Amino acid sequence: MQISGAQMVIEAFIAEGVDTVFGYPGGAIMNVYDEIYKQNGFQHILNRHEQASIHAAEGYAKASGKVGVAMITSGPGFTNAVTGLADAYMDSVPLVVVSGQVPMSLIGTDGFQEIDAIGISRPCTKHNYLVTDAADLPRILKEAFHIARTGRPGPVHVDIPKDVTAQVAEFNYDIELELETYKPHTKGNPRQIKKAMEAIAKAKRPLFYLGGGIINSKASYEVRELIHKTQIPAVETLMARGVLSHDDDLLISMLGMHGSYAANMAMSETDLVIGLGARFDDRVTGKLSEFAKNADVIHVDIDPASISKLVNADYPIVGDIKNVVVEMLEHVEQVNPDNYEAWRETINNFNELHPLTFHEDSDRLKPQWVVKRVGELLGDSANITTDVGQHQMWAAQFYPFSRPNQWITSGGLGTMGFGFPAAIGVKVAAPDKISINFTGDGSILMNVQELMTAVEKKIPVINIILNNNFLGMVRQWQTLFYDKRHSETDLSVQPDFVKLAEAFGGRGYRVTTKEEFDVALKDAIEKNVVTFIEVLVERFENVMPMVPSGGSLFNMMLLEKKETK
Amino acid sequence: MTDNSERRVVSVIVINEASVLSRITNLFSGRGYNITSLTVAPIPDSKYSRLTIVTAGSVRVIEQITKQLHKLIPVLKVYEHADIVEKEMALVKFPITENITDIDTLCQAYNGKIVNVGENVVIAMVADESKRIEHFLSAIKRFNPKEIVRSGAVALER
Repeated sequence: MQISGAQMVIEAFIAEGVDTVFGYPGGAIMNVYDEIYKQNGFQHILNRHEQASIHAAEGYAKASGKVGVAMITSGPGFTNAVTGLADAYMDSVPLVVVSGQVPMSLIGTDGFQEIDAIGISRPCTKHNYLVTDAADLPRILKEAFHIARTGRPGPVHVDIPKDVTAQVAEFNYDIELELETYKPHTKGNPRQIKKAMEAIAKAKRPLFYLGGGIINSKASYEVRELIHKTQIPAVETLMARGVLSHDDDLLISMLGMHGSYAANMAMSETDLVIGLGARFDDRVTGKLSEFAKNADVIHVDIDPASISKLVNADYPIVGDIKNVVVEMLEHVEQVNPDNYEAWRETINNFNELHPLTFHEDSDRLKPQWVVKRVGELLGDSANITTDVGQHQMWAAQFYPFSRPNQWITSGGLGTMGFGFPAAIGVKVAAPDKISINFTGDGSILMNVQELMTAVEKKIPVINIILNNNFLGMVRQWQTLFYDKRHSETDLSVQPDFVKLAEAFGGRGYRVTTKEEFDVALKDAIEKNVVTFIEVLVERFENVMPMVPSGGSLFNMMLLEKKETK
Repeated sequence: MTDNSERRVVSVIVINEASVLSRITNLFSGRGYNITSLTVAPIPDSKYSRLTIVTAGSVRVIEQITKQLHKLIPVLKVYEHADIVEKEMALVKFPITENITDIDTLCQAYNGKIVNVGENVVIAMVADESKRIEHFLSAIKRFNPKEIVRSGAVALER
């Protein structure tokens, strides 16, 4: 059929099964918004800032396992979205982001709201396109969705000049893609898999190192099976929280800069790292030359460039985690779980020596208590997003995650302002779950305008602001490494968060005691509108344990030992 | 780099489409790899182009470069050459007052000749391995070359 470029965008979205588009209109994208007005195949959610649109699409994608979709205009609309694209790229989130561009005749003339969008998005997307002919649009959009969701997922950006959205051409979405140059390798090499399983059978102190790729590959339950059959302990990266359930005996905890003592010691003592969909990030490894020094490394990843990038892999396996783990399970009988009895005992001792805990030794509430309490009250019934900083680490350490896609955070880029819009996307994707965003008094202000989005669309996200009147994580580093010179991190001057939420039509609570917190959370869930629960917490609490930047994993600063009250 | 940085030649076969070259060069600059030289031209009778990139790095860095290049969507193949025939061309402009015969003799030793004679200058062309081009350029210094242009290396696997 002959339709306009703008109509093609709508038709392609519908053909892809898109049910929600996050976005913000503007001059160059108006033709497409005109078609959005006329259609009812999907809902459009108007965020109040383009960055929030991308984060909302990310939250939607991470909670649903589908491709998130966002739409923005040219120039400032696009540049506002760049942080979101970079965030999605670093965390391998499948997105298709469509932006308007000035008409072809104006490209290169410094036209109004013109910027070289694909030039800017190139290093922070998996792929991008400038569409110069509407006849190419069906293929490009189909490729965009395909590339976003396959292989190592990531954001794909499609920039469409305004005249191309008006141009009429033939639309046929029922086409076979011919991507000669893009063929992700999804099936692991069987010989390598067999060799890896033999290495596992021979190892004395093997350790599963679980990464976010497992969640992308939807392989958590297969991985659980492999771990249970082999009885080999596991550590999770920040992005892998929820692959194993918090009550799994074989889950040690998170590892890395703020990982538990036992997790970091296990990684330092293991003789075989079984890396699944993890990328040996510097926040995980600490000093590379000391990382898992005595271990061989099995590394399964769909991205060949992630293998042996930082840590040499003795058993490299390129493939989709799910396929590889299913095949590993076929060789599992040669592994004798009893062989690791002593190793499991060692790890238990690590855990008992320095358990992941905190002291309730302050008049003000402890932030960790808040996270733990939410976990006790809501557990599996909530999806958790966070912003970036101390609260993020406490949420990762103390929330009892029980399933994949329950935990949604900005890991690679570390984007303050991610949490609230992401929580909106999460709630849209999973309306039956309570959407909790743990945030800080710094982060929440970075996308606070999303109160309006949540009120307008009746998206009842509960933001729990752990308020310590500081940019807490930077303050922690200043305290520890900059001789307490708290340069520009004191946030004593603050808005009234309760009134702020109310000004937009949401609800606000200020909480100073445990009792008040329970009441506020219960009330917020009942009222079912977007909420700020501001919790005044201990100002100088540090995230512990901590591996100082560039230090070895086994050299941790630990929580001081005290009699807990 | 902890281990030895070595000169390497990498060939990249890419779809000949808009902005593909900047994808490649962005990748090099963004990841801190260096480019010594880069040549690009369409492959006859196909929709592909071939880039020949001379770079330097340790074995690990070169492996990363190869993998990262391959990750780019329009990249079909990446060859990191071990056994290759490699050639580079150089054009050199000399004042006509220099000893043309000597220059011509030198050029012939480097697969070259004088290709243009003007009112005030002659232009000589040589084509040889990059290393030999360096030799040539140092040998002709005494003829006061006014301008030198090098093409960058192209290579084919044996």
